[in-house]
Amino acid sequence: MKSNKIRFLFAVFSLSSFLAHAQNSQATDNWETSPGIIGTFILILIVLFVAVIIFLAKINGFIDKMKRKKLDKKRIEFSDELTDLDDGEIDTILENRKKALKYKLKGDELGNQNKAVDEKGLVKRVRKDPSNSFFDEKKKTPLSIETPKELKEIVTYYLAAATFWLVFGTLVGEYLGFKFIWPELDSISWLSFGRLRPVHTNTVFWGWSSLAMIGLGYFVIARTSNNLIHSYKKAKIAWVLINLTVLLGNIALMTGINNGGGEYREYIWPIMLLFAIGLIITFINFYKTVATRKISEIYISNWFILAALIWTIVLSIIGYLPFYQDGLGETIIQGYYMHQGVGMWFMTFTLGLVYYYLPATLNKPIYSYSLGVLAFWTQMLFYTMIGTHHFVFSPLPWWLQTVAIVFSVGMFIPVIAGSTNFLMTMRGSWNHISKSYVLPFFLVGVIFYFVGSSQGSFQAFRFTNYIWHFTDFNVAHSHMTMYGIISFLLWACIYTIVPKLNGKEPPQLMVGAHFWLAFIGLFAYMISLMVGGTLKGMSWMDGNPFIESVILMQPYWVWRAVGGTLMFISHLVFAYNFYIMVKKEPKNRNLKAGSIKGESVNV
Amino acid sequence: MLDFNTNHKALVLTAFSVFVVLSFGVAILPASQMEKYEALPEQEDLTDQEFEGLRVYIGEGCVACHTQQVRNIEMDQVWGKRPSIPEDYHFSKKRMDVWRQSASLLGSERTGPDLTDIGKRQPSESWQLLHLYNPRAVVKESVMPSFPWLFKEVDSNRVKESDAVVAVPSQFLNDKSKKIVASEDALQLVAYLKSLKQPKMPENSEPEFIPFSKKKKEGGDQTADASSGLDGKDLFSSTCASCHQASGEGVPGAFPSLVGSDIVNTDDAEQMIRIILEGYNELEDYGPMPGFADQLSDAEIAAIMTYERSSWGNDAPEVKEEDVKKVRADLENATNP
Repeated sequence: MKSNKIRFLFAVFSLSSFLAHAQNSQATDNWETSPGIIGTFILILIVLFVAVIIFLAKINGFIDKMKRKKLDKKRIEFSDELTDLDDGEIDTILENRKKALKYKLKGDELGNQNKAVDEKGLVKRVRKDPSNSFFDEKKKTPLSIETPKELKEIVTYYLAAATFWLVFGTLVGEYLGFKFIWPELDSISWLSFGRLRPVHTNTVFWGWSSLAMIGLGYFVIARTSNNLIHSYKKAKIAWVLINLTVLLGNIALMTGINNGGGEYREYIWPIMLLFAIGLIITFINFYKTVATRKISEIYISNWFILAALIWTIVLSIIGYLPFYQDGLGETIIQGYYMHQGVGMWFMTFTLGLVYYYLPATLNKPIYSYSLGVLAFWTQMLFYTMIGTHHFVFSPLPWWLQTVAIVFSVGMFIPVIAGSTNFLMTMRGSWNHISKSYVLPFFLVGVIFYFVGSSQGSFQAFRFTNYIWHFTDFNVAHSHMTMYGIISFLLWACIYTIVPKLNGKEPPQLMVGAHFWLAFIGLFAYMISLMVGGTLKGMSWMDGNPFIESVILMQPYWVWRAVGGTLMFISHLVFAYNFYIMVKKEPKNRNLKAGSIKGESVNV
Repeated sequence: MLDFNTNHKALVLTAFSVFVVLSFGVAILPASQMEKYEALPEQEDLTDQEFEGLRVYIGEGCVACHTQQVRNIEMDQVWGKRPSIPEDYHFSKKRMDVWRQSASLLGSERTGPDLTDIGKRQPSESWQLLHLYNPRAVVKESVMPSFPWLFKEVDSNRVKESDAVVAVPSQFLNDKSKKIVASEDALQLVAYLKSLKQPKMPENSEPEFIPFSKKKKEGGDQTADASSGLDGKDLFSSTCASCHQASGEGVPGAFPSLVGSDIVNTDDAEQMIRIILEGYNELEDYGPMPGFADQLSDAEIAAIMTYERSSWGNDAPEVKEEDVKKVRADLENATNP
């Protein structure tokens, strides 16, 4: 039966499996020409290219502004010329002015015969540089959406907790990065590398990403179903349960209690059970909201979101049930679990969010609904099969490894379908890039979705696995995806919706700082570990003593720490921005009104 | 039926059931099949102490940096004699307890060396303990964390007979008047590490490594053939240098120096051969040395000794394979008369 299955897979993917096998015969000398390596290289160039485009768009906007300034200057010079007029003319003007100051309403002022002269002396102050010279005040989103107060509260609570875990989790990550450079940074048991590493990964997984996704999901589900959330109370209970999971789980990890060392499965089952219950409650809540929707169609976002929830519930049950996973059985489940955790939970849910928030921010429909449906079903079929590609060349069954590699190639279908859909939706709205930072966040997220996922498929090839597996390249890949895709898209969604919910925008300078710090940081992080990882793999292939690969990594670890620091600072900036967006309105409204009047004089 | 657009029940049920079916095919069924392997004939079960050591190994998160799998590709040959097979993991089949599942050992990062065969590669308990106390005492460039909480600082006069005192060079001590004693956890962990040896397989059934390329394969065959011309320096650095260091100077206070040593420099090599074969624990303030009789062949020992006796200013005649063979035979006669 098994072999029939394999034969079927080979028939379907004969070309791709040929590609995967062809890797075996490559020689070390021409490793640079291996398709996996070339592919990865091209993908990185794509990211660079997009970064340059965004940068150029920003520069372009800046130059435009300078030009406008020049024009303004010319106008001022022109008015200066006017002042150089001879006495007679000046007298007339002064007389006019006197008249103007004495002006009394006659009753026909609103008639259309009047010239645009400041006869009434309304202009009190003239500024010569009308625009701020440091940065562009970008367009605000004054449009606020009528949302029930309870829903606003739920979204804010989930996002606030997520932001807290983001800062905490990446602080831990930052500290771990430093330990590669200074291994003796501390000698406290609960801060040691082995115990803290899972704290970092689990916190950003279950704390930051999951809570942010669910919070953003609540808004999507209510909005696209034109309905009220089934139960606000359930949402709050799930919030408590998930936060409790992360809190207790981290404490347990730091005291040296973990589930057996499998990645992302380090929380022991009594703690992870809280998370599973939280997920089940969330699913019921979402499902009932969709079930009682006020429109007949189920929007594509809800497909992704509901499926992500139901799949992850199944996943965490399969991941923790003990009946089939002692010894190496555990390893098969581990590969399945850790890949599905990323693919069926984070990826699926976040894509669902993008299908709503991206069109929402551009104020236009998604490019193709059918491409979305195609991406949905292929996501389910292909992503489920590829877990074992984390264990290529391991003692796990060879057929299972081959299936994983073949379907990794198949992942190009949902990835291309999804990223095409998003990019085509953005098409025609590129001028948004220079107007606000929401689209740059989306664009980087989508580009990384294409680049990171395809790079992952390349990495599953047997040859690329040969050189990269076990090296720091893996770490680069996971940050490229969990950070480049998931975090950037989540930030894009947050910057889209929270200002609309509360009517408050963070300063664009700070959003820009967040964007560029996170992006440049990630790029430094990624490239240093990719280069270092490749050199490490080659050092192993050459049969050099192991310690040499440790020594050669040192400079790359330093650059990783530099990148990580930029990323961490960007999270502090984000936390500040988030605080600005959600902080309670000060009571004295008058002050705000006054400042608005002042601004309107300048314009 | 296919009205997923409007029928939420159909949508969720389909997504759910297809995922469950796929999960069975790709995870649960293969996993429960994988569970069914038995131990190899010569494979020993973990003792209670070693199993406790496995718990420490998992609790401290060693898995984050150390793999335990020799992949079936050529570059992994340095980590074991043959690629790992499912049976090798028989020892990890036991669930750790009700709260925790069976250990996840294969790992996904090799920030530190693979540990599949560490019990054979580094059998010295005193090296393992010192390395855990402070890895940089034995490997200068190491980035491994130190594990001081697995050790106790005890006043020199309070050390009990039963205590496992770790030979720590004085520059790595916080308080020079104190001795470092290994805790129960440390001893268990080291016992576990020492138990990690690739079990022998029945003859001719060993799986083979996939050669990286044809060119490499030919090269590989040549080195195997040229076993008569063993490189003493290479053997020394792979077997001896972790304690005695590449400079031969050892680690003061932990592992003795070979430079200018009387034992190394005497013309009659017999005592030195005995030490290498049987191990040695006569020197005060130094850790005991394990014997290498099972691990090294006569020719290899001769090559290493010749290298040691002619390097770093040492000057003693070379050692021949026959000399080692003779001492080994004497020792075997003495133990089984």
